[in-house]
Amino acid sequence: MAAKKHNDPFWWTLFGAGGTLSAFLLPVHVALIGIAIPLGWLEAPGYESLRSLVEHPITRIYLFVLISLSLFHWAHRFRYTLYDGLMLKHLESYIMVFCYGGALAGTIITAILVITF
Amino acid sequence: MEQTITLQVQRYIPEQYPEPYFQSYEVPLRKKWVILDALNYIKDEIDGTLTYRWSCRMGVCGSCGMMVNDRPALTCATFLEEYAPGPVRITPLDYFGIIRDLVVNTDDFMGKLKRAQPWLITDEAKPLSEGAYKQTPQEKAEYEQYSMCINCMLCYSACPVVGLEPDFVGPAAIALAQRYNYDSRDEGEDQRNEELTGEGGIYSCTLVGECSEVCPKAVDPAGAIQRYKATGAVEWWQSVLMPWKGKS
Amino acid sequence: MSNAPKISAGERVRYKPQIYMPQMSIFWWVKDRAYVFFIIRELTSLVVAAYVILMMIQINALSQGPEAWQALTDWFATPFSIGLHIVFLILLIFHTLTWFWVAPTAMVVRIGSKKVPGSILIAGNIAMWLIISLAIGWLIVSI
Ligand code: SF4
Ligand code: FES
Repeated sequence: MAAKKHNDPFWWTLFGAGGTLSAFLLPVHVALIGIAIPLGWLEAPGYESLRSLVEHPITRIYLFVLISLSLFHWAHRFRYTLYDGLMLKHLESYIMVFCYGGALAGTIITAILVITF
Repeated sequence: MEQTITLQVQRYIPEQYPEPYFQSYEVPLRKKWVILDALNYIKDEIDGTLTYRWSCRMGVCGSCGMMVNDRPALTCATFLEEYAPGPVRITPLDYFGIIRDLVVNTDDFMGKLKRAQPWLITDEAKPLSEGAYKQTPQEKAEYEQYSMCINCMLCYSACPVVGLEPDFVGPAAIALAQRYNYDSRDEGEDQRNEELTGEGGIYSCTLVGECSEVCPKAVDPAGAIQRYKATGAVEWWQSVLMPWKGKS
Repeated sequence: MSNAPKISAGERVRYKPQIYMPQMSIFWWVKDRAYVFFIIRELTSLVVAAYVILMMIQINALSQGPEAWQALTDWFATPFSIGLHIVFLILLIFHTLTWFWVAPTAMVVRIGSKKVPGSILIAGNIAMWLIISLAIGWLIVSI
C-alpha cells in the first residue's frame, strides 16, 4: 500500500501537534473544572459568563483545535500501543480505521458543537 | 580462599539439544575483571566448548555484546564486581537468532545497515585532479556523534520494536543514515529518505528511548530517529503544499 | 565424534547453522522498569482522549442551557468524579513532563551556531507551561 507509506509523516505531525497542545493545556482544565472548582477552592464561574466566554470566536477555535488535535494524538499513539503492547500488528488496517476514524468522527462532532454553539 | 561468583550462562548446542538451557560456572571474583575475562576463564580453565565472540577487549570492535542480567552490554566494558555477590546471568543479545551459545546471527542486521546506505553518495564523482572533498571542523561536528557507532547491536537488543517488527530497520542503521545525511559532502539524503520513511522505517519507532541508554558510544540513536521523523514530516508537508519545489 | 558427517578428501561442506529464534512474550513490557514507564507514557493518550471527550460533553451541556450545565456540575462535585479527575490530572502531568522531556531530541534549536542544550529547552517549556496554565486559569475564574 503505497499511500500508507506516504501518510505516516502526516499522522506523526498531527500526533506531535496534539501531544504538544494537550501537554500545555489539558492539565489546567482538569485541575480547575474537575478538582478545584467542585471542591470549592475557587469560586465557580456563572453559567452566563461561561457561555459568553465559549461564544467568543477565539474560544471556539481554541476548543476545536485542542479537542481535534488531542484526538489525533490519541489515535496515533494508541495505534502503536496496540501494535506493540498487544502484538496486533497483523490487524493494522482495522486498527488504523478505528483510531484515525474515531479521531475524525470526534473532530466532526466537535466542529458541529462549536459552530452551532 | 579466593572469592568466587557464579555465572549462569545460556548454552545452545543444536547438535546435542534443540533448545537453549542454562549452565552455571563458578569463577574467581577478581578486581578489575570484566565479564569477558570471566568468560575467557571459563573457556580456558573449565569448559572449552563455550562459544562467544570477542576481539579487541577494549570497547572498539563491537563484537562482545551480550545480555548481562537481561540488559545489553559490552562484556569487555562491564565489570564483574558490579554484579557481586551474583549470580550473573549471561544470555545472547535479545531479538537475534542464536547460532550457538552466546553467538547470534548478524545477517539481518547487516541487511538493515545496507538499507540505510551508510556511505557517501554524490551525484557526480569529482575527478581526482580537483582534489579532496574539504570540510570545516563545524561541518564535521554536525555528524561526528553519529559516526562513533561500532555496530555492536546493543541498541537493537534494547529496542522492543526490533523484536516486535522484524522489518524495522532499527536504531544504529538510522543513526548511521543520519551520519551521512548530516555530512556536508553527501548528496544521498533523498535516496535514504525513500527507504527510511516507508514501511519499517523511522515512523515504526515509538521512542522507547532505551537504545540511547545502552549505547556504549553515546551515539544517541533515539535522538537521531526523532530528528529524522521531524525532517520527514517537513518534507511531507512541503511535497503536499509546494509540489512544484519537487526533488532536487 | 560418531555422528559427525563423513567428509571425503576434497569435498567441502558448508556449515548450516540451526538458528534458534527466541519468541517474544506478549508481556515483554513488564520485563524492565524502563518498559513499564514507556507503556504508562503511551497509555496517557487514553486519558487525553477521554478528557477531550469530556470537554465535548461540557460544551454540549453549556449549549443546552443552565439546567443541563447545573446537572453536569453537580456530577463534577461527586466523589467519583473528583477521584477520576485526580487520576486524570496525575496521568496528564506525566504526559506533559515526559513530552517535554523528549521534545529536545526531535528539535535542535540553535542560537547563532551554538546548539541550545536540552535541559534549557525543557526548563523553558516547563516555565511556559506554568505561565499558560495560570493565564487560562485566571481567564476561567475571573470572568
Ligand atoms: S548506535 Fe551505539 S548501541 Fe547501537 S550499534 Fe552503534 S554503538 Fe552500538
Ligand atoms: S571485545 Fe571488542 S568491543 Fe568488547
